[in-house]
Amino acid sequence: MTLWPFHGGVKPDGHKSLSNQTPILQADIPPFLILPLLQHIGEPTEPIVKVGEKVLKGQIVAHCKQKKDCHLTMSAPIHASSSGTVVAIEHRAVPHPSGLTAPCIIIETDGKEEWIECLPMTNYAELAPDVVRKHIARAGIVGLGGAGFPAHIKLNSGAIDTLIINGAECEPYITCDDRIMRERPDEIIAGAKIVMHILGGAKHCLIAVENNKPEAYKALLEAADERVEVVQIPTKYPMGGERQLIQTLTGKEVGRSQIPASVGIVVHNVETARTVYRAVQLGTPLLSRLITITGGGVEKPQNFEVLLGTPMHVIIDQCRRKEGVERLIMGGGMMGFALPNDEMPIVKTTNCLILMRADEIETSRLLEMPCIRCGACTQVCPISLLPQQLYWHAKAKDFKKAQAYHIFDCIECNCCAYVCPSHIPLVSYYRYAKAEIHACQHKGKKAELAKKRHEFRTFRLQRDKAEKKARLKKLKTASNASKEATIKAAMERVKAK
Amino acid sequence: MITAISLLSLLALLFGLLLGYASVRFKVEGDPVVDQIDAILPQQQCGKCGYPGCRPYAEAIAKGEAEINQCPPGGEVCILALADLLDCEPKPLSTEHGIEKQKMLAVIDESTCIGCTLCIQACPVDAILGAAKCMHTVIAEECTGCERCIAPCPVDCIKMVSIPLAVNTWKWPYPALPPTLQNPMEPVL
Repeated sequence: MTLWPFHGGVKPDGHKSLSNQTPILQADIPPFLILPLLQHIGEPTEPIVKVGEKVLKGQIVAHCKQKKDCHLTMSAPIHASSSGTVVAIEHRAVPHPSGLTAPCIIIETDGKEEWIECLPMTNYAELAPDVVRKHIARAGIVGLGGAGFPAHIKLNSGAIDTLIINGAECEPYITCDDRIMRERPDEIIAGAKIVMHILGGAKHCLIAVENNKPEAYKALLEAADERVEVVQIPTKYPMGGERQLIQTLTGKEVGRSQIPASVGIVVHNVETARTVYRAVQLGTPLLSRLITITGGGVEKPQNFEVLLGTPMHVIIDQCRRKEGVERLIMGGGMMGFALPNDEMPIVKTTNCLILMRADEIETSRLLEMPCIRCGACTQVCPISLLPQQLYWHAKAKDFKKAQAYHIFDCIECNCCAYVCPSHIPLVSYYRYAKAEIHACQHKGKKAELAKKRHEFRTFRLQRDKAEKKARLKKLKTASNASKEATIKAAMERVKAK
Repeated sequence: MITAISLLSLLALLFGLLLGYASVRFKVEGDPVVDQIDAILPQQQCGKCGYPGCRPYAEAIAKGEAEINQCPPGGEVCILALADLLDCEPKPLSTEHGIEKQKMLAVIDESTCIGCTLCIQACPVDAILGAAKCMHTVIAEECTGCERCIAPCPVDCIKMVSIPLAVNTWKWPYPALPPTLQNPMEPVL
């Protein structure tokens, strides 16, 4: 198969052999589950259980605000990932770069794992795609590659020609997709076929695996049939980026403001495909996910299947934590962010936790030096942006210029910062600029609304005043008329006498 | 000679008609400069500038009656934008009109409220809901934080509270300054 290379990219050290040697383990059931109400991109959910209520494994505990037609909204329901009792609905720290709290449902588990009745849809092939899609929406499935985009929205994309199952896993340290491709290739392929059915007329299905995962490639090849094509792609970061993968496989470039569906392509992660399989064939909603616990801070780096809502320390302890862990990173080695503590829950978007010791952190990188205009960043940018210009404008808070240089096309892959000889945290500057622009736009919208309301109020006050005036005038003329009539009547009476 | 005069008169007439037509056909309603100034102002309608609202203040600036540094909610950003638009020197915010601070939210203590409707009449954006002798409440989404409801309240039951930071309103900070000798490297984590 012909492959098309994309511009830029880097080849960082993978650190994959740390955790990909042993099979995936089932993690323990924690005493408490912390389920944040927002675990995906889109609208937050609303709890539908009360404190003190008993819940069964697989029961929906929170869903979209509209209450009905949830499959049309950018939202995914949250399920109880084990049976137990709801003990609180309160603010808890959530895995987010800010380290802030957000509303969560806390469930005390009873360890019995009592299931709610599972409703599989084994005859999916005879059903209309929309019916299966609603089933997927009910199962709370979101993109499990790390972004957390609700799956049912992507599955409603209209005319799709090609489905790509993303098994690139280009991020350093993460190996959970690698392991699942080795251990459950049949489930991934079955899931891909279900997705093809939901997409209606998808003719091709490509499963892309980077060539640093030969075992996974072999396993998928053996499990594949003529409807699915398994493709080996070069190892290069960020190969797993949606647009980069599409370009590598098909040569099609997805435009700046386009989505992949506009070129007839939909991309799903391998684990998402497997979860779709389980939701349709076994009737189990998204209750657990795969996660890599790795880095020099644990004695036994390992992949786990973890119940959503499990506090991070429970699972880290299962890997035997070493002394002197300096940093906890959620996500991969390139795009991950540091967390302030390990009390936070594992959510639908947590694919990896890296525990680093002091000797693993390159302290020299913390020293930011002046930009020397070497242009290394421009050479590695996979979007072909000008990272250096973006940096200058973001640093000078000249957001208009930054936007003119297409700052919103940046995927924050960190390639530019990785190669920067001056160790400038370029992406931090871009994130800052993006956040400021968003805040400014939000403020502008609010101001517009306030202006409208003020204008309407002024109009209303004037209208009321005018109406009152008119009413008074009418009253006055009416009273004048009646006065005249009385006088006239009196005169006539006098005349008559 | 005659030809030249008549030709020039004809031309003058022609252009006069053209200009006359254009002034009717392409008439601009209102003052575009006022609109531009109004678009920069934060639209809190707080009246701290000494004018009844943002629009009157914009009109006053356009006429040259008001300074550009009288808007505390807009603060420095607003002054810079106005200076840029009107091509004049930016000035520091005039302290007699107030100081720049974080946007706040008005909250009515509902157990103390006597339902006098004074705050409803004062609110420039109709963000307070209630009726005579009934409890009032602030629609948080619509409140601009202008503080105009505070003074009229006879029982002092309205307070300004700061808006708590949430995950969806949090912003990535400006990258920390590089460590120097004066500012030694912070410990990692």
